[in-house]
Amino acid sequence: MPFIANTDAQRKEMLEVIGVQHIDELFADIPAHLQCGEINIPKGLSEQEVRNRLDILSKRNNVDYFNFLGGGFYDHYIPAAVSAITGRSEFYTAYTPYQPEISQGTLQAIYEYQSAMCRLTGMEVANASLYDGGTAICEAIIMAANITDRKRIVIDDSVNPIYRKMVRSYTSNLGLELIEIPSKDGMPDRGLIEAALNDQTAALVVQTPNFFGCIDDVTDLGERIHSHGGLLVVSTYPLALGLLRPPGECGADIVVAEGQSLGLTLSFGGPYLGILTTRKKFARKIPGRIAGRTVDAKGREGFVLTLQAREQHIRREKATSNICTNQALCALTSLVYLSLMGKEGLAEVAQTCADKAAYARERLLQVPGVSLRFPPDRPFFNEFVLQLPMAADKVIRRLFLRSVAAGFPLGRYWPEMDNCLLIAVTEKRTKEEIDFLAHALGAVL
Amino acid sequence: MKTIFEKSIPGRRSTRPVASDVPTKAKLAPNLLRKQPAALPELSELDVVRHFTGLSRLNFGVDTGFYPLGSCTMKYNPKLAEVVGRNPGFAMLHPLLPQLPGGEIMVQGALAVLYEMDRLLSEISGMAGFTMQPLAGAHGELTGVLIIAAYHKDRGNHKKTILIPDSAHGTNPASAAIAGFTVKTIPSSEDGLLDVEALEAALDDDVAGLMLTCPNTLGLTHPRIKEITDLVHAVDGLVYCDGANTNAMLGRCRPGDVGFDVVHINLHKTFATPHGGGGPGAGPVGVVEKLMPYLPVSVVRERQDGTYYLEYDHPKSIGYMSPFYGNFAVILKAYTYLLMVGSEGLPRISGNAVLNANYVLARLREHYEYPVKSKQPCKHECVLSAVRQAKSGVRALDIAKTLMDYGFHSPTIYFPLTVKECIMIEPTETESKEMLDAFCDAMIDIARIADENPESLHDTPRSTPVSRLDEVKAAKELDVASY
Repeated sequence: MPFIANTDAQRKEMLEVIGVQHIDELFADIPAHLQCGEINIPKGLSEQEVRNRLDILSKRNNVDYFNFLGGGFYDHYIPAAVSAITGRSEFYTAYTPYQPEISQGTLQAIYEYQSAMCRLTGMEVANASLYDGGTAICEAIIMAANITDRKRIVIDDSVNPIYRKMVRSYTSNLGLELIEIPSKDGMPDRGLIEAALNDQTAALVVQTPNFFGCIDDVTDLGERIHSHGGLLVVSTYPLALGLLRPPGECGADIVVAEGQSLGLTLSFGGPYLGILTTRKKFARKIPGRIAGRTVDAKGREGFVLTLQAREQHIRREKATSNICTNQALCALTSLVYLSLMGKEGLAEVAQTCADKAAYARERLLQVPGVSLRFPPDRPFFNEFVLQLPMAADKVIRRLFLRSVAAGFPLGRYWPEMDNCLLIAVTEKRTKEEIDFLAHALGAVL
Repeated sequence: MKTIFEKSIPGRRSTRPVASDVPTKAKLAPNLLRKQPAALPELSELDVVRHFTGLSRLNFGVDTGFYPLGSCTMKYNPKLAEVVGRNPGFAMLHPLLPQLPGGEIMVQGALAVLYEMDRLLSEISGMAGFTMQPLAGAHGELTGVLIIAAYHKDRGNHKKTILIPDSAHGTNPASAAIAGFTVKTIPSSEDGLLDVEALEAALDDDVAGLMLTCPNTLGLTHPRIKEITDLVHAVDGLVYCDGANTNAMLGRCRPGDVGFDVVHINLHKTFATPHGGGGPGAGPVGVVEKLMPYLPVSVVRERQDGTYYLEYDHPKSIGYMSPFYGNFAVILKAYTYLLMVGSEGLPRISGNAVLNANYVLARLREHYEYPVKSKQPCKHECVLSAVRQAKSGVRALDIAKTLMDYGFHSPTIYFPLTVKECIMIEPTETESKEMLDAFCDAMIDIARIADENPESLHDTPRSTPVSRLDEVKAAKELDVASY
């Protein structure tokens, strides 16, 4: 039978050593009437049959289109060496590195990941990763509330709307006061935010580039929240930081991000990577695992999981978070990606995304009836919002028939933006594809 | 080994990114731009590949050798699942597609996987339905406890207490705290099981629920389990099954049949998806019928014509625990495994896992203290204690470290907290008798050395890339990043 090594003869020998006749006797402590019969699921199949079946299912998905869909999750190019390295089973079949003597590979990789994230975001401390960008925002909010001992959280509504929903679910019983501030022309509304901040505010949460693709210099927002004694939490797009000024230089106290853009496949929503970095002074308030450098008994350098006194297995209900696992393999993936791209390569990819998006915006604005939703001088990275002469839903549906995933209809989360289409352009889109999108858009309007 | 940053050579390049093929250049104001590139490594592709290959060789995984880490279920991870996970038909699929008009039809294969996993897990656990959203075991716990909170809120109950046995994993109380509950700890009785009388004494109208690991962290099932769930239900409490140890129960006993209301299952333990060095995992949560309205959104549904769709209209739902449908690729791998295993495979998994654990226990109980007073057989794992060896100064930690020199990963030794000098061994069903014998021989040899030459066990391991590391220095000096 699959994945079980012992033969009947071996099982018999083992039962003799244990002193019972049959395996079922080892379950005799479960009262007979509570034991179940055969489970009502299909019989097992051979590897070949399963492979065929999954292959058929994969063909019932359509990934064969020109992809301009982003919304926080992007189709970037992944170098071949990434999966060659992360596919090494010494990495992926290991557990959390509790025994550092035989886990230096994972531990050093986590330390290097933490270093890379600090360098990218302009911060001083990173954890070993969280589940995804959304849970990273939730954990950052809880962390800020703990640090400041305050309950009020102010969130700009150009933060990814799905993440805002997650924050509501996650913190529903923590007695936090969540205040969402409507954005104005694609950017945080400074006036409304100023009015919402007070001396009870634990954190101001903003995103840049935000859900609409707009880039914001959040320095002034940092100054405003700091003047009230609260923390600035900035959610960001890590690949864009190859080009953009890191949040750490703009007054951020906690930086969070979805790390999918750094070499992870889209995979229908996961596994992804929650990045969280902060200032050194908050290191002991950070959730999740952290690897640190130290030495062994012979003075040789090595790495261990550290600051475990914060964690659930020691502190139980008083822990900084309930998180036990990180996304080690996803963190490794992003580290390998960043190492392959390197200092110049990441800057180049980010610049190429921005250039292609700038071209796409220019080109699409030539289509009759298409205009910009927000003022034309709004800086943007690789995503922008078009105002269409009809419902974006209708346009998206029509463009699917021409093998184009045109973007995301903003009406889904902002009812007043029914005619707005959010378009993402990565380095994988070619000029030809962009021109095709423009042509097709012109044809369906 | 030097870090990848220390190996960096200014000016060296690896993968060449695609050049722009458009005539436009993005114009951004200087205050929005980096002044200098992020200080990432500058290396060739070969440098990078060698660096990480070198790191991988410092690791120990299931593919390297026997990994009897108790409570972690380090079973073999079938390779087909990795192949399926990389299939572009799944790997390239954008999670927002089904939210687009006309997008649902483009993700039918993925929705089928989610729908069928829901059905498979529901049958296996005796629950009415599952959510795939939780991204790990502890995330599943939080989801489950939030569902319990939503149920009580909906009924107008003002219950603030969650009961948790002292032998529970630390995530249980931590999850309950984030869900807004006060935690009350219930002691174990002498036989290592939840003390039913202590439970009865703790039950009152303030109790929202009980979180129980089944089988528990000593590898024991509770013979009075149905009585326990009935008692909690009598005060309108709900019973949460921490399903981290489901491997022992597959095809034998279903949480839903013994009165559990909520259960989470760790796909990365029971259903053979790789642990990845600490994640990604997946912790789907199943509930009984009366809790179905509270499951996170979205929910996958099947139409009469056999197509699938996502339903978002659940007014009583706890909302979103993850942005989409959970760690989809992990769910896909578990689905692949379950298709191969099938109904007849389930009791064989639990049977062989329990056989292996009892075999190890039978071979070792002469040589180590068995701290469990109960006469019942252990389940998927056995817990020994090094109290006998500790008398000559050899701690469980020393034994765990010494095992590495014999070529084995260490068992769990920091847990459960209720056993002194504990050594928690979970062999899993995928290991052979020869491997278990080699491991038991090593354990017996170490017990002998602990008697004859205890001093020699204090500086093990000696064959590993590094020896015992200075954890105090790590926490005190806190070098957690180079930048």
